Amino acid sequence: MSGSVRTLSQKVWDSHLVREEAGAPSLLYIDLHLVHEVTSPQAFSGLRARGLKVRRPDLTVATTDHSIPTTDRSLPILDPIAANQVAQLDKNCKEFGIPHYGVHSEHQGIVHVIGPELGFTQPGMTVVCGDSHTATHGAFGALAFGIGTSEVENVLATQCLLQRPSQTFKVHVDGTLRPGITAKDIILAFCAKVGIGGGTGTVLEYTGAAIRALDMEGRMTVCNMSIEAGARAGMIAPDDTTFQYLHGRPFSPKGADWDAAVARWKRLPTDDGARFDREVSIDGDSLEPMITWGTNPGMGVSISGAVPEPSSISDPLERDAVAKALSYMGLEAGKPILGRPVNVVFIGSCTNSRITDLRAAAAVLKGRKVNPNVRVMVVPGSMEVKRQAIAEGLPELFREAGCDYREPGCSMCIAMNGDQLQPGEYSVSTSNRNFEGRQGKGGRTFLASPLTAAAAALTGVVTDVRTIL
Amino acid sequence: MTPFIAFESRVVPMPNNNIDTDQIIPARFLKTTSKEGLDKNLFCDWRYNADGSPKEDFILNTPRGQNAQVLLAGDNFGCGSSREHAPWALTQFGFRAVISTSFADIFKQNALKNSLIPIVVSPEVHAKLFTLPEDAKVHVDLASQTLTLPDGEKVEFPVDSFSKTCLLEGIDELGWILKQAPAIEAYEATRVSTLNTLG
Ligand code: SF4
Repeated sequence: MSGSVRTLSQKVWDSHLVREEAGAPSLLYIDLHLVHEVTSPQAFSGLRARGLKVRRPDLTVATTDHSIPTTDRSLPILDPIAANQVAQLDKNCKEFGIPHYGVHSEHQGIVHVIGPELGFTQPGMTVVCGDSHTATHGAFGALAFGIGTSEVENVLATQCLLQRPSQTFKVHVDGTLRPGITAKDIILAFCAKVGIGGGTGTVLEYTGAAIRALDMEGRMTVCNMSIEAGARAGMIAPDDTTFQYLHGRPFSPKGADWDAAVARWKRLPTDDGARFDREVSIDGDSLEPMITWGTNPGMGVSISGAVPEPSSISDPLERDAVAKALSYMGLEAGKPILGRPVNVVFIGSCTNSRITDLRAAAAVLKGRKVNPNVRVMVVPGSMEVKRQAIAEGLPELFREAGCDYREPGCSMCIAMNGDQLQPGEYSVSTSNRNFEGRQGKGGRTFLASPLTAAAAALTGVVTDVRTIL
Repeated sequence: MTPFIAFESRVVPMPNNNIDTDQIIPARFLKTTSKEGLDKNLFCDWRYNADGSPKEDFILNTPRGQNAQVLLAGDNFGCGSSREHAPWALTQFGFRAVISTSFADIFKQNALKNSLIPIVVSPEVHAKLFTLPEDAKVHVDLASQTLTLPDGEKVEFPVDSFSKTCLLEGIDELGWILKQAPAIEAYEATRVSTLNTLG
C-alpha cells in the first residue's frame, strides 16, 4: 500500500506492519488495546488454557462499562450474572497485570470515553477493542478497529492482529453547520446517504471545513458511528484542535516527548494528491437536524422529512425491509416524523455522553421542565465527565428540569444493565443503534443529537430543536 | 480446531436484509463469561413469544429450520456489534455456513475463526436459492470453494487463502501468530513508544 503519496490511514497502516507475506493477511502491531467486561472473559480463559501471558500490559487498559448499573455505586450489583462478569474482569486484570478502571475507580467510564480523555488514545496509533465502536478513536487520527473475542485473545497474547488492507473512502463535509445542527447530524446524514452496508470493507476519512470546525467531542461522535455505515474504521487527520485536546492529559506525552510526538503527528495528514478508492460529499451548509425512523442507523431522514413509502421501492428485499421496519416501529408510511409521541429520552452512550453533549442538552433544558409524559435519563460517559458536570452545576440543572441523572456507563444504549425501554415504548436516544430490541425488547428507538433529544424531552414529541432554541 | 470437511445440507431461508448481531444474539445474553449455551437464545426475540413459547411461524421453529447447516440470509448479514457470541450461537445451533450477497467485516472474520463459512454469492444466485424447494440440498466444499446447487450448478465463492488453509488444516491462528515472535520483537525494537498505561 505504500507509495510516495499516501492517505492518513495508509501511513498508520504502513508504520505498524510487523510482517507481510503473500497469501497471508498482514501482521499489524497494536499500540493500544482497550478491554471491557463483555467481550474479554472468553479471551482470558483462552490465555489461561494455553498458559500464555499478556505480552504488553503496558499497552493495555480495561474498564467496566456495559453490564453495570447506573445507580449508586456503593450498592452491590443485584444481577448475579452481571456481578460475576464484572468480578471476572477484576480478577483477570489482577492476574494478568492489566490496569483496570473498575466500578469504583475515579476514572471509570465507557471505554471509548475514557481512552481519549485520559490521553491513552493518540494520533497515529493503532487501537483495538472488542467493541465495534472502537472507530471513535479515529477522531485523533488513530487507526482504530473493533475486533472479536478471538482477536482480543490474539492481541493480549501477541500485541498483534492479522488484518487485510481496507479500501479508502473519503467523506468530505464542506460548509458551516447552522445553529441547531451538530456532529451527530453529519454522521446520521452520512449513514442515511450510503446505508448501513455502504462503507463495508473501507476505512473512512472525514475531511472538509465542517469537520475541521468540530471540537474533539464532535469528531468522536462522527467517527464513533463509522461502523453504522459498515466501515472498518473512520479517521480524522490530527490538527491543532487535536493537539490542544491532548496536551496535559494524564497519559499524553510530556515535556520533550510531547514536542517530538507533535512533530511526528504533524506528518500524519493525507498527502496532497493521494487517491481514495471512493469519495462522497456532504453539504454542511444545507444539513438539517437528522433523526432515524427505522431499525438500522442508515434509516434516517431530516427532521422535517417523512418516513418512506415501501411501495415506492423496487428491490423486493429492500421494500420488505422498509415495511418490516415501519411495522416494528409502529409508523405509517409516508407520514412526517415530527410530532411523534415519545415515552423516553436517553442522553448518553459513547456517541454523545461527553461534557459538550451534556452542555448542549443542558442549554436547551435550562430553566424549563421536561414533559410529564417523558422519562428523561441523562447518563454521563465517565467519572471525569461527571466531575466536570458537577463543576458546571449541570446535575442540578438536569434534576430541576425533571431528568433522571445517573452514574456513568453504557446504560440504555445497550440495555444490558436493567436501564431499558418497555415493549412498544418510543425513545429519542443520542446513542448509535436503533436495531430491534437494542434498548430493550420491543423498544423503539429514534436516534438523534443531544439537542434534538432535549427538545423531545421538553415537548414529549419529536421536535425540531430550532423551533425552541 | 477441527479441520473443515465438505458437507451437504438443506437451506434455511431468512429473507431479511441487514440482520444485525443484536438480532442474532440479543445483548442481554452477553453477560455470560463462557462461550457455551448461546444456541437456545439464537434469534431470541424473533423466535419466542413474550411468555417464552416458540413463535410458530418463525423459520427456526418449523421443520425446515431444524437439522440444517446452511442459513440463507438477506444482504449485509451480521452488521452491528463485534460480538463473537453471534457465530458461537449460530454454530452451536448447528449452522456451518451462511449464504448472503454480503457480510459485515467484523462478523465475517469472527465467523471464519469459528468454522462458520460466510459464502458470498451474486444477487442472481441469491435469488435462485430463495426459490429452492424445502427439502433441496446444497453442497458446500471449502477446498474447491464451491457451492453446488441442487440442479448441479456450481458456484464459486471467495475465501481468503489464509483463512481457508487454517480451516482446512485445522491450524490455529493464535498459534501461527505466536510463531512470528522474532518479527514482533524486531518490530518492537524499532518503535517509538509514547504510552505506558501502567503509569
Ligand atoms: S455506549 Fe453503547 S455503543 Fe458505546 S460501548 Fe457502550 S454499549 Fe457499546
